[in-house]
Amino acid sequence: MIKTIHDWLFSVMPEWAASLTEMVLIAVFYLTLFAVIGLYLVLLERKVAAWFQMRKGPNRVGPWGLFQTMADALKLVTKELTGTTKADKFLYNLAPYFVIVTALVAMSVIPFTQSVQAFDINIGVFFLLAVSSIGVIGILLGGWSSNNKYSLIGAMRSGVQTISYELSVGLSLLTMVLLTGTLQLSEIIANQQEHGWLILQGHIPAIIAFMIFMIAGTAETNRAPFDLVEAESELGAGFHTEYSGMKFAYFFLAEFINMFIIASIAVTIFFGGWLSPFGITEGIIWLQPIWFTVKVVGIIFLMMWFRWTFPRLRIDQLLKLEWKYLLPLNLMNIVIMAIVIWLGWTI
Amino acid sequence: MSYFKDIYKGIKTLLTGMSITGKYFLNARKGALTQEYPDNRDTLKMFDRFRGEVIMPHDENNEHRCTGCQKCEIACPNGSIEIIWDRQIDPETGKKKKMIDQHIYHLGMCTMCSLCIQACPTDAIKWGQNFENSVYDRSYLTKVLNKSGSKVKAGVED
Ligand code: SF4
Ligand code: SF4
Repeated sequence: MIKTIHDWLFSVMPEWAASLTEMVLIAVFYLTLFAVIGLYLVLLERKVAAWFQMRKGPNRVGPWGLFQTMADALKLVTKELTGTTKADKFLYNLAPYFVIVTALVAMSVIPFTQSVQAFDINIGVFFLLAVSSIGVIGILLGGWSSNNKYSLIGAMRSGVQTISYELSVGLSLLTMVLLTGTLQLSEIIANQQEHGWLILQGHIPAIIAFMIFMIAGTAETNRAPFDLVEAESELGAGFHTEYSGMKFAYFFLAEFINMFIIASIAVTIFFGGWLSPFGITEGIIWLQPIWFTVKVVGIIFLMMWFRWTFPRLRIDQLLKLEWKYLLPLNLMNIVIMAIVIWLGWTI
Repeated sequence: MSYFKDIYKGIKTLLTGMSITGKYFLNARKGALTQEYPDNRDTLKMFDRFRGEVIMPHDENNEHRCTGCQKCEIACPNGSIEIIWDRQIDPETGKKKKMIDQHIYHLGMCTMCSLCIQACPTDAIKWGQNFENSVYDRSYLTKVLNKSGSKVKAGVED
């Protein structure tokens, strides 16, 4: 279908206009996806949180509260944008866009199905990691420019956290890249199509890598139990204390989109992306996005489960976990994986 | 080795925690704790321990158990209870006797400490379970607990 639209556009328009329209179309598609995913993840989070605490959750706006987050978004859009007078206005306004844009760019390389992938580059995994850690600059800017001690502390913690946990995310993905021998996301999936999902191929070291990735990924998205950046009980609201209305909503949405991105990376690298389990629906193309969504929702559910079970770590515990446990384990795991591949013990 | 033991223990305790919340998650639809209050107003029942307001139960003959001894008035730490009494002639014995006129209770000042109820020698006052106590004017919070025309139950004073 995408191919036919592409061909049709190039047949009715001159080349420059056609590629321009195509870019606009893709941008609109991704922005819509962004908004829809963001809004419904917020709703999912609230529902799941309620169920974990034996509550009912949003159930007033629309059937089962389905329109709750839309109403919330509408409220946030109509709200006045306030700010502090002593804030560094330029950076203060720039920060939310940094966070949003990096999330969008990261989303562009994720293969939703075999053909829906805006940007298939040969350094896919590396690109994802690089881009997703730029988001922290937005948080640092927001915290710094608000001219508020809580924001600054939150932002500094975010910096510390991202620098530490970026290592674990990278190394755990590297463990899996040893199996595929390529960084290109589409080829990683092609490899899994042939030999089975990577988590099965790599068995024990792959499962360890997956666990480390989930822990570090949760930390990357600044969610509980790693939400020191926002830490409501000690820092007000952390780095976005001084933000209101739509600017606050950008930070809020970006957090959920980042969760989606981490889940998508996990699904693509460990669970075969849009592939069906054991290839049961191999040829049916329209099932591909459904498999992808099902797996992503599963991983997101896992992250929500973490959030509503574990208490927040202290900053020293956070660093101890990374430098004393995750990192050495990760390095060991890479060596084990290399040995497994060398001896041909993969499944 | 204790390093790996720590990791094992850590993972085990994390999984224990997750299994508990997981159980909650699965049972949430059946046993939700949420009370959707204005909707279930007719069926909502407060638990017995709940202290809503001090009430004085009357039986079917419009008789209560309050003798007007004023012990509750003295026991109350913040003066929420006032007893207005006078001496009247008992119709049966023909003697003068202390009787309550009004048992005044200021709900607005009450701290729900229950000291008055413990002090009452004849168990004339109790906790009511009514919780819809908001009113538009403070003066509504001053209540007369004994109903008009009521009298003390015979035999309570012995
Ligand atoms: S509960 Fe306490 S404060 Fe209220 S009337 Fe009785 S003694 Fe006074
Ligand atoms: S309520 Fe009880 S304590 Fe108070 S005056 Fe009446 S009998 Fe006495």
